Amino acid sequence: MTESPLDVTAIKADFPLLQREVYDRPIVYLDSGATSQKPQSVLDAMSQYYAEINANIHRGAYLIAEQATTAVENSRTALARFIGASDAEEIVFTKNATEAVNLVAHSWGRSNLSEGDVVLLTTLEHHANIVPWQQLAAERGVEIRWIPITIEGRLDLTDLDVLLDGVKLVAVTAASNVTGAMPPLRHLADAAHAVGAKILVDATQWTPHLPTDVVAWDADFVVITAHKMCGPTGIGALWGRRDLLEAMPPFLGGGSMIQNVTLDGFTPAEVPTRFEAGTQPIAEIIGWHAAIIFLEGLGMEAIAAHERDLTAYALRTLTERFGHDLTIHGPQSVEDRGGTLSLVYRDIHPHDLSQVLDQHGVCVRAGHHCAKPLMKVLGVNATARASLYLYNDEADVDALADAMVAAGEFFAF
Amino acid sequence: MAGLEDLYREIILDHYRNPRNRGELEVPPATMAEGFNPLCGDEIQVYVQLSNGILSEVRLGGQGCSISQSSASMMSTAVIGKSTAEARDVMREFKKLMSIHEDGLDSGTTSEQTGDQPGASGLGDLEALRGVVKFPVRIKCATLGWNTLDQALDLLEAK
Repeated sequence: MTESPLDVTAIKADFPLLQREVYDRPIVYLDSGATSQKPQSVLDAMSQYYAEINANIHRGAYLIAEQATTAVENSRTALARFIGASDAEEIVFTKNATEAVNLVAHSWGRSNLSEGDVVLLTTLEHHANIVPWQQLAAERGVEIRWIPITIEGRLDLTDLDVLLDGVKLVAVTAASNVTGAMPPLRHLADAAHAVGAKILVDATQWTPHLPTDVVAWDADFVVITAHKMCGPTGIGALWGRRDLLEAMPPFLGGGSMIQNVTLDGFTPAEVPTRFEAGTQPIAEIIGWHAAIIFLEGLGMEAIAAHERDLTAYALRTLTERFGHDLTIHGPQSVEDRGGTLSLVYRDIHPHDLSQVLDQHGVCVRAGHHCAKPLMKVLGVNATARASLYLYNDEADVDALADAMVAAGEFFAF
Repeated sequence: MAGLEDLYREIILDHYRNPRNRGELEVPPATMAEGFNPLCGDEIQVYVQLSNGILSEVRLGGQGCSISQSSASMMSTAVIGKSTAEARDVMREFKKLMSIHEDGLDSGTTSEQTGDQPGASGLGDLEALRGVVKFPVRIKCATLGWNTLDQALDLLEAK
């Protein structure tokens, strides 16, 4: 490979967990699609909050409460900038991306969808972008329709015009957590808007890896999560167009989300506070800000270029070394594809494969990856998934391949 | 530290390569229950046929990893020819084998290290699965077939 756009050796040194050994070997972490590791700066930001400015936000009129409030709002501003949104008040903090989808389904969905309306999903979706709509469908008689996929694991848009008939919402992933495929979001947004539908983008597997621009996507709602982009668990966000958010009723009720409460009822607060009931995960919001600063320091373009090179190396290496013994489910080239490699190696069950890989220090995810409808289309119950990130390098891919050889020998029958 | 040889004993791999009692039985007269491991997507169908009070036939369908498949295969050979009560006894013994002693959770201590003698359970070949408890994530693999048999027996007894 030519010179990497990133200095991965230096980057690895920023991640305490990547320094540890497992089974007396250096850890090879290839499960960032499940959750990423965290750089020291994120850990420091969170402990610094607790050590120095721990106070509840939007309440106390004392110094540390104001500092905590400012830190949280700075994170909101940074996040808006990071995803290309011009208005920080269009960012609603949620527990994770799943909660953000549920927020839209409960609040926008219950206000705007009724019997006979159609929600158009894709078979690439994670359960997080399926089940909330199925719950709504069961309650409201909403119809769910599916955009199918091609044999390469990309969206098959041949019949999109037909599928869009009667659709009020298109909900689509920006990058599949199983095949790595990246659907043409702007094309889908234009098609959705042409029939008067809204579009929700699940950018969970996108924002960690590539520059995000919700305006260029022309999305209406975008859901994201911190923990896959070097940030902490327990914090995610919904970005929504202000006019849509302002017309939506609250999702969870409680403290903070009100303007006034009387014995007869309540008046909800403005956007985004209206959707942020109860004490927020303050340390996590602040940690997320540190993660954004870390990613922006490396540069999202450089991260994307590095991962593209590394994905190409992985596709080439694994194909050369294992040939027909290995099936890589998903696009075979790096065009519109992320570094998520869903592997089926010979007839070794992914659970067994990952068990042997683990003994070689290689961490991959085995299973259905919370995408059972997709697995059914791919014709498998499970795959072993290696997902690459900014701190991985060619040596990590080689370690995966070497461990797969060992697994092949162990299960040679 | 537990190694692969603790998990993948030769008899387990043998049952994985050559699974016993694969197939289906006609329902009815047979009874079928289906089990899923929501974590990994493994699925199994357990067919049971009762004749004169004993499990005359057991058949297994579905797909899964070596641990879930071999455990189910060994289960089938262990319970054929037994009454439902006897089959439940074997099931209880096996579940006991798969349980991590609470005081051993932190240290990874297993029943093997806390005094239960191998062979004491009367489980025969199934003893080979003892090592699974050192890999707690895989316990659900080993018990999938058994939990599904449990459901099948419930259905049978409800008839």
